Amino acid sequence: MTEPILELDGITKRFGALTANDAISLRLRQGEILALLGENGAGKTTLMNILFGHYAADAGEVRVHGRPLPPGQPRAAIAAGVGMVHQHFTLAGNLTVTENITLGTEPLLRLDSRRAEAKARIRNLSETFGLPVDPDARVADLSVGERQRVEILKALYRNARILILDEPTAVLAAPEAEQLFRILRGMTATGLSIIFISHKLHEVMAASDRVTVLRGGRVVAERRTADTSPAELAELMVGRSVTRPRRAAHPVGAPVLVARGLTVREGHGTPLDAIDFDVAQGEILGIVGVSGNGQATLGRVLSGLARPLAGTLTFDGRDITRLTPRQAVQLGLGRIPEDRHAEGTVGDLTVWENAVLERLREPAFSTRGFVRRAAARSFAAELIRRFDIRGAGPDTRTRLLSGGNMQKLILGRNIAARPRFLLANQPTRGLDEGAIAAVHAELLAARAEGAAILLVSEDLEEAVGLSDRIQAIVKGRLSAPVTAEAADARTLGLMMAGIWETRHAG
Amino acid sequence: MTEAFDILLNASLWAAVLRIATPLIFGVLGALVCERAGVLNLGIEGIMTMGAMAGWLTVYWGGDLWTGLLVAALAGLLLGLLHAVLTVVLGLSQHVSGLGITLFGASLSYYLYRLWVQVGDLPPTIEPFQPLHIPGLSDLPFLGEAVFSQTAPTYLALLLVAVTAWVLARTPLGLALRMTGENPHAVEAQGLNPVAIRIGAVMAGSALMALGGAFLTLAAFNSFFPTMVQGRGWICIALVVFASWRPGKALLGALLFALFDAFQLRLQTTVEGVPYQLFLMAPYVLSILALVLVARRARVPEALMQPYRRGER
Repeated sequence: MTEPILELDGITKRFGALTANDAISLRLRQGEILALLGENGAGKTTLMNILFGHYAADAGEVRVHGRPLPPGQPRAAIAAGVGMVHQHFTLAGNLTVTENITLGTEPLLRLDSRRAEAKARIRNLSETFGLPVDPDARVADLSVGERQRVEILKALYRNARILILDEPTAVLAAPEAEQLFRILRGMTATGLSIIFISHKLHEVMAASDRVTVLRGGRVVAERRTADTSPAELAELMVGRSVTRPRRAAHPVGAPVLVARGLTVREGHGTPLDAIDFDVAQGEILGIVGVSGNGQATLGRVLSGLARPLAGTLTFDGRDITRLTPRQAVQLGLGRIPEDRHAEGTVGDLTVWENAVLERLREPAFSTRGFVRRAAARSFAAELIRRFDIRGAGPDTRTRLLSGGNMQKLILGRNIAARPRFLLANQPTRGLDEGAIAAVHAELLAARAEGAAILLVSEDLEEAVGLSDRIQAIVKGRLSAPVTAEAADARTLGLMMAGIWETRHAG
Repeated sequence: MTEAFDILLNASLWAAVLRIATPLIFGVLGALVCERAGVLNLGIEGIMTMGAMAGWLTVYWGGDLWTGLLVAALAGLLLGLLHAVLTVVLGLSQHVSGLGITLFGASLSYYLYRLWVQVGDLPPTIEPFQPLHIPGLSDLPFLGEAVFSQTAPTYLALLLVAVTAWVLARTPLGLALRMTGENPHAVEAQGLNPVAIRIGAVMAGSALMALGGAFLTLAAFNSFFPTMVQGRGWICIALVVFASWRPGKALLGALLFALFDAFQLRLQTTVEGVPYQLFLMAPYVLSILALVLVARRARVPEALMQPYRRGER
């Protein structure tokens, strides 16, 4: 065994009453990829922020090559060869790639930056590690995948020997994620050592040499990846065995929402091209497809934010083609938006305010223009209890909730209104296994009560597990539906590749 | 129409443009440096007044004119430090702190002036900067009078435009400053201290603003009045937006405003039958128009007015 190049020893960090990291120790050896696995809130990011010097630990020590790092100094971590790729990129959109990378690498009082040298070195690193990016591009013009490359190049430019990636695939589509892991593997061949944070079992299994599992701020297990299984890791991570609930067969009722020949064109969004679908009472219709094929536009139409050019949309037989957002709320069209931060909640408002925001016009929550705070608070408290929203009271600022709990709040306020129809747009994106199971259980419960649910998802396992019927969305067109029983991997794969279209054409 | 044309062809107009523009150039550069680092500095009016007073008093007490400028800059540094402590260290509202410093700077200047200076019927005067005679250049026809017969601080202002542009665009320090105004978290992640950079930028910017004030008492006039800045600071704040936060365009904006101003002064005396207040208004109306036309495309520093606290997103 080689000497560990990085050791964390007894790291403890408290935020008020919360102990985010409790005496955590771990080791990283040269050329190794270590996965740090844990649910949201397990303390992974806190630990890495301590390692990189963003936070100072209350107790414990970080050693690189046996030498302790002074706490709370990113500069010292960088000098010791530690590079961090943050989950929320630390880039300036208005500046160029080169400027973002070279910041802080030259003596501040130099009279003229050596930009030509810097660009040459960036090109060189790009080629060596397979991270193509234009050094002169403005970062705001880059795709998310390219921005991540810039973040990695930033670390490599400063001669990082240890690379930390915080949830690197959270923002990537599946093929980009696979490519990233190939690149990381290539880096270890040149002697770099890598820690990546994740809560996704399959990528931990596919990409790591060793796994350290965190739960509730403690290390609960360490495994060689080859010696473990996804099932074991899931159980270690959650602390109990988690299985996603599956749909039980039950009769469906009359169609609730029916779209015929719906065509939508919007400024930048993918247009929808004459799509047909119907969702019946007590039915979940799954729309599968790679993100960016028109799902966002579909969501906007069903929320009353976009107007169709042609076609009809009916709700319980009533024409709602020219839907407005207020009508959507009044008719009981529930919505779980794709981006829970941007569209689902207002982060700086409290939980109770977010809970009743859509329904402020109802007499239950306002009289004569005044908000009935007591009623609204008790409604929020009821949601918190019924939907197991953790770490929140009615007066908690919503921004402070974890993604899973924020999603439960959005789901809860929709389901509590007993909607006739519910649009669930990527309802479990970014959530950990425990939260996914909870969201699935709620969607199935709403189905059992007779809601018509349109589930838009990239996750095939989710779509097949929940949906009665499935349609694929490709470049703004919808396939004909298949029943969940008929939807094996091959059929879905062909559907998502748009094969049904060529068949129609031919 | 021909009268307006005659005015434009007169070298004395262009000399006046440079003279009127000089305090604006100092001020707009100062505001720009602060804002590029992410801090709005509405203390500019008070800081300019303080610079005008401190510079003048130094010379009144026997210092030479350059020492006067230096003392003015130091006074600016101090007020800048105050603004930085309030907004950067304590993270308070930049608007409120800035307006507070404007009121504080203006009142304190007048208070100190009255405390230390005996004012009779007429305010006391000093011997201000005189126009430089540059051998050769100053004797050129037209250009000699229009451009090369200014006082030394005007040339200093023009030089500082180039220096500021260079520092921002070409040096590692300028990059760190710009990055702090775009994303201070990125600055910290690269091992630099965004708090220190912001404090430094606000102090340096405030010193530049104070030089603009000092120009008024040490070159444009020869005595101090408490109201002499007369909204020039606010013009500078608007000019920064007009200039899209770029030093070169800031110079252009200052010259443009000064041109409107010099032009309307002359129109007042040549055109009859129009109330002079309309001419007085003209530079401001034209500035608003220019702002509307240009500023919609402006690229605002992303972290402008956002306080930075470590360990928070």
